[in-house]
Amino acid sequence: MFKKILIANRGEIACRVIKTARKMGIGTVAIYSDADRQALHVEMADEAVHIGPPPANQSYIVIDKVMEAIRSSGAEAVHPGYGFLSENPKFAEALAAEGVAFVGPPVGAIEKMGDKITSKKIAKEAGVSTVPGYMGLIEDADEAVKISAEIGYPVMIKASAGGGGKGMRIAWDDDEAREGFQSSKNEAANSFGDDRIFIEKFVTQPRHIEIQVLCDAHGNGLYLGERECSIQRRNQKVVEEAPSPFLDEATRKAMGEQAVALAQAVGYTSAGTVEFIVDGDKNFYFLEMNTRLQVEHPVTELITGIDLVEQMIRVANGEELTITQDDIKLNGWAIENRLYAEDPYRNFLPSIGRLTRYRPPAEVAAGPLLDNDKWQGEAPSGPIAVRNDTGVYEGGEISMYYDPMIAKLCTWAPTRAEAIEAMRVALDSFELEGIGHNLPFLSAVMDHPKFVAGEATTAFIAEEWPEGFEGVELSEDVLRRIAASAAAMHRVAEIRRTRISGRIDNHERVVGEDWVVNLQGLRYEVKVQADPEGATVVFEDGSSHRVTSDWTPGKQLAELMVDAERLVLKVGKISGGFRLRSRGADLKVHVRSPRQAELADLMPEKLPPDTSKMLLCPMPGLIVKINVAEGDEVQEGQPLCTVEAMKMENILRAERKGVVAKVNAGPGDSLAVDDVIMEFE
Amino acid sequence: MKDILSELESRRDMARLGGGEHRIEAQHKRGKLTARERIELLLDEGSFEEFDTFVAHRCTDFGMEKQRPYGDGVVTGWGTINGRMVYVFSQDFTVFGGSLSETHAQKICKIMDMAVQNGAPVIGINDSGGARIQEGVASLAGYAEVFQRNIMASGVVPQISVIMGPCAGGAVYSPAMTDFIFMVKDSSYMFVTGPDVVKTVTNEVVTAEELGGASTHTKKSSVADGAFENDVEALAEVRRLVDFLPLNNREKPPVRPFFDEPGRGEKSLDTLIPENANTPYDMKELIEKTADEGDFFEIQEDFAKNIITGFIRLEGQTVGVVANQPMVLAGCLDIDSSRKAARFVRFCDCFEIPILTFVDVPGFLPGTSQEYGGVIKHGAKLLFAYGEATVPKVTVITRKAYGGAYDVMSSKHIRGDFNYAWPTAEIAVMGAKGATEIIHRADLGNEEKIAAHTKDYEDRFANPFVAAERGFIDEVIMPHSTRRRVARAFASLRNKHLSNPWKKHDNIPL
Repeated sequence: MFKKILIANRGEIACRVIKTARKMGIGTVAIYSDADRQALHVEMADEAVHIGPPPANQSYIVIDKVMEAIRSSGAEAVHPGYGFLSENPKFAEALAAEGVAFVGPPVGAIEKMGDKITSKKIAKEAGVSTVPGYMGLIEDADEAVKISAEIGYPVMIKASAGGGGKGMRIAWDDDEAREGFQSSKNEAANSFGDDRIFIEKFVTQPRHIEIQVLCDAHGNGLYLGERECSIQRRNQKVVEEAPSPFLDEATRKAMGEQAVALAQAVGYTSAGTVEFIVDGDKNFYFLEMNTRLQVEHPVTELITGIDLVEQMIRVANGEELTITQDDIKLNGWAIENRLYAEDPYRNFLPSIGRLTRYRPPAEVAAGPLLDNDKWQGEAPSGPIAVRNDTGVYEGGEISMYYDPMIAKLCTWAPTRAEAIEAMRVALDSFELEGIGHNLPFLSAVMDHPKFVAGEATTAFIAEEWPEGFEGVELSEDVLRRIAASAAAMHRVAEIRRTRISGRIDNHERVVGEDWVVNLQGLRYEVKVQADPEGATVVFEDGSSHRVTSDWTPGKQLAELMVDAERLVLKVGKISGGFRLRSRGADLKVHVRSPRQAELADLMPEKLPPDTSKMLLCPMPGLIVKINVAEGDEVQEGQPLCTVEAMKMENILRAERKGVVAKVNAGPGDSLAVDDVIMEFE
Repeated sequence: MKDILSELESRRDMARLGGGEHRIEAQHKRGKLTARERIELLLDEGSFEEFDTFVAHRCTDFGMEKQRPYGDGVVTGWGTINGRMVYVFSQDFTVFGGSLSETHAQKICKIMDMAVQNGAPVIGINDSGGARIQEGVASLAGYAEVFQRNIMASGVVPQISVIMGPCAGGAVYSPAMTDFIFMVKDSSYMFVTGPDVVKTVTNEVVTAEELGGASTHTKKSSVADGAFENDVEALAEVRRLVDFLPLNNREKPPVRPFFDEPGRGEKSLDTLIPENANTPYDMKELIEKTADEGDFFEIQEDFAKNIITGFIRLEGQTVGVVANQPMVLAGCLDIDSSRKAARFVRFCDCFEIPILTFVDVPGFLPGTSQEYGGVIKHGAKLLFAYGEATVPKVTVITRKAYGGAYDVMSSKHIRGDFNYAWPTAEIAVMGAKGATEIIHRADLGNEEKIAAHTKDYEDRFANPFVAAERGFIDEVIMPHSTRRRVARAFASLRNKHLSNPWKKHDNIPL
């Protein structure tokens, strides 16, 4: 076995590889850029080599620099992770030239699968199902109809030069094909000046399902089931699971066997992924093959019990696979949620900065990984598993230079429903502050009926949140539980306040039982009957919730049992109340005595200021330049000012035509998020 | 007998109605609560004991003798906040617009005298149209009587003003002399002369809100220490503040049970200071991670943001915090920030509240506007305030402590008890670049040489160890251990006793 392995990557995947290498007794070498001096992967590795300035094209993907790091550290093998150099044949060649093992497939396989057209051709030859279509030029409408009928309806008529939906038509019959061809052609000519048209099968209710394959250099190849990655936002995967709730055994087997056939057709070794698109009738079509470890590999590990990184290293070392297809059993269910530093309330704008708080839920080991003694890291065992692959830590930085992924949170349980529930709780328990992140959005997905039913297609996010994400509306039942919890928590906090020193003896404040909880415009009158074990919160209608918790004032995470159900709340302070976050909802909660509530009802509702005529600072930063003056008329898209944030200059432009009424900031001013830079008439 | 008792009840009912149902309704329509409702929210439920319910004015001019409502436009008395005694007066806008008469003033004076005698804070709720014109000079005399008591009570018991309506003319000087002023957004204003007079005299057209609203006084004038959305929120926050304050200057600050580990480490603080010395970071993170339960009551949050002032608790006991904020103007000291912090330090010293100082200061802000504005004397206020303070003083230098500003920020030399520095601290006369350009003036044209000199200077002085060698820094501490170190430091200072030479009073450069 290798004595030392270099990980030509950063972030969570570098940490992930280090864990397995360490378990196998292999020394680890990290590489890092200036921006990653204090990164977790550097701290975890046995040694670390600096390879240049922050931008990846000056460090992580510069082959010469990585080769130099390999030479200086004496590493015998390189794991490329994903992204960066992982699918770069030149890098694989450079390694081969110096006799360093590449933990990945042979150069030829990378090259063949790296080209979309070649890979499709090879796939077809290997008997893999591909999307039927006609790539040649189509002369006229008659030909278009003929080809469409051959492919089978529905078909997609597309402009070669197309993009953004322009010059694209879906046809369900001959008439539509004729019409669609004409209009596509006209639109393409007008929009792109290129009226070439092609036709391919239109996949309805498409799902993204991929097969994990594993091959050695001794001619053995097997598939480790599938992963479903249909939940994507602009082609970026957000939620993955294994197995797919959609596939049946026969389809799985057919897809698996085709995937292995393709891998073997190109002489593939190591772990790889064959991506398919699957339609509503379970017809599947080859998309592409990723010749590397996939981001979402943990879900496969969790249901198969196979450590993919270990297998990759063994294969790279020339070992023969010791597992056979019959050994592979898919046990239970695993779900992965990708936590991104993207603000869902601001149209998923990347958010960078310091993680002032980062407390992931505790990892718990369970499932096949535990049975097979393949668990990465140390965790107590339990009936469900929680695994968090990350490359950051509290006080660390999400940098602008790299992928905004914070962590991959996975749960495993014997059934899908249990795995989803485990994920909901894990998300609720994940404390993350300092930057914008998509946790609330992930919670919303986990609670969405379509996801719960396993019916999400690749259009899921675009269809369900067409106007973007604006938060979650909790059900009445959940709100009542939160109200009951807030009342019980408020009582604890109030009692503590009465224990202050300097009281007048015998005239202490008595904290009452009756409270009014105000939450999201809803009002609950409750009676909190406390006892040493907890509190029974009785509502007006006589119904009650039993709340127990070890929460004390100041704790930012409240773990409660409400009746027999677990409720985890993130607790923040707001003036005169709590900010409670749970299940993707962000609630302002006030608990008041009945008299306080009565008086509070007299307070006027203050509408938030109308910001539609203001330019707000989208991120904390420094004003570098103001391009306009008061009284100027501005056109849509015209630059208004430049804000520097994290050394990057962001030009803010006018969203519509208008006249500048007031400029509130000048060059050199440092602004917080939502500070008003200028106002319009 | 029964009739006599019910007579009292009916008189009380009359008094409670203030200016009557109509005016109460009008008050509510303005988004304001009545004087008594405010007291209910301020004090523990059922704890209010009223004085002078039946006081009425004695004016006989302008037909005033025909209207002599009980209470005379102000409700006074005492009650408790979480069981601790406070005195309160609350002006009743429904009675003569809350205007101040001779008797109205006497009611206020009575409870202020009791507060000083009995050692409990005074909380004044202001909602008044001003002097009662009909009473003329008697009303002015009333104001002055209150002013004199504000002055005498200053430094003896905490005085808090909550402005919940108009407060104009001479009336502003009573709140102005109290320790804290809070305002309610959109429904309160304070000014010496109103918009009408302003227009007549200067031709300036300005609204009451622009001239003296909550935003003006919290952001521009620094007259107010905080502003809240409405009456309910404001009074809840005043209760929260009172929980931090001692009842008088003979008592230690209050202690309450806490649910936080005094030795809690915060690994993340080890990376708080950015690699680049010119990159800002948020000092509030350090304050919140040091405080018990992350609880911080900020004073003057919206003014002179380059310095942060406010209260936290350590091991349940109140501590005042002063901290430079690198996010704003690089955390430098200037006129506004010096004044803001100086007043806060003096409040803490008055009331035996220990002071924790976090330092990251590149110096004083240069420029004509600062010098013309008298930054010398304003900066001296902060220096003076720190130097005269006898309460426990613990200082942590996180990064820059340059020049005179180093001396000012509770340094060892002005009787700092514990002066800690993080390893990232740079205690020097000035930044490396500036220093090099002076010391090696001869090499100024030679960039290479200057760069080498700068590097030498950095290596030698851009650290806490030169100061530590001289004992100006008691210990260099790990950032993650800040809470534990600071909490232990204050614990060791619980019996600190230090007094200044006898003097009538000092002569701080006002």
